[in-house]
Amino acid sequence: MAVTYKLIQTVTVGSGGAASIDFTSIPQTYTDLLVVYSARTSRSAVYDAFRLTFNGSTTNYSSKYLQGNGSSASSFSGSTSFVSCYVNGATSTSNTFSNNAFYIPNYTSSTYKSLSGEHLYETNATAADMFLTAGLWSNTAAITSISVTSDVGATIVQYSSASLYGIKNS
Amino acid sequence: MATKLVVDCSTGEVTEVELTAEEVAQREADAQAWALAEAEREAEATAKAEAKASAVAKLAALGLTEGEVAALLA
Repeated sequence: MAVTYKLIQTVTVGSGGAASIDFTSIPQTYTDLLVVYSARTSRSAVYDAFRLTFNGSTTNYSSKYLQGNGSSASSFSGSTSFVSCYVNGATSTSNTFSNNAFYIPNYTSSTYKSLSGEHLYETNATAADMFLTAGLWSNTAAITSISVTSDVGATIVQYSSASLYGIKNS
Repeated sequence: MATKLVVDCSTGEVTEVELTAEEVAQREADAQAWALAEAEREAEATAKAEAKASAVAKLAALGLTEGEVAALLA
């Protein structure tokens, strides 16, 4: 029993914005990790994409995505350099932020690391895009850091936030 | 100077760290790649719209009605 979620750390971006948000020195005492973002970037488009990477590595990722917006749906494969999630861009409705969550089981194991994600960028309008992510990092190292950056070098804007949770299975 | 937010989970300390030259270069490369891809996408969309308008005009010149042209394009 005693399945627990514990907030390890949370951070909110300040007035200057940030190029990336990096969780470092992640404790190795949990079974799984959950990282949650509420974000918006300065990219001059309705949406932007986050690049999620582990331990500073930009190799050996693979991912599949399902996307739907109420009128159409699609699926596609991702980059080998990172796993993505979509967030609000600068031309989305003012003051709206994305919802993103990545679940990373067995992050300390010596096997490859799988992850799943659910995301949407909210525009307070008729259409809103939702995504499901299935990802794999083909690396046997324990995950000690997690980083997100904009796909296009944009700035993560003020009031965006990120929270890292640890989950124990006993 | 662009900064990143570094959250040290062992201490709880959050610091703003200036990007390294390598990180700045990567950001700029990402921005340029996106701008290039966006310009290509816009040029492709414009060319497609212009070709469609040209095709519609030629069909009209051949005597097709608006309805017939619309039916062809549907």
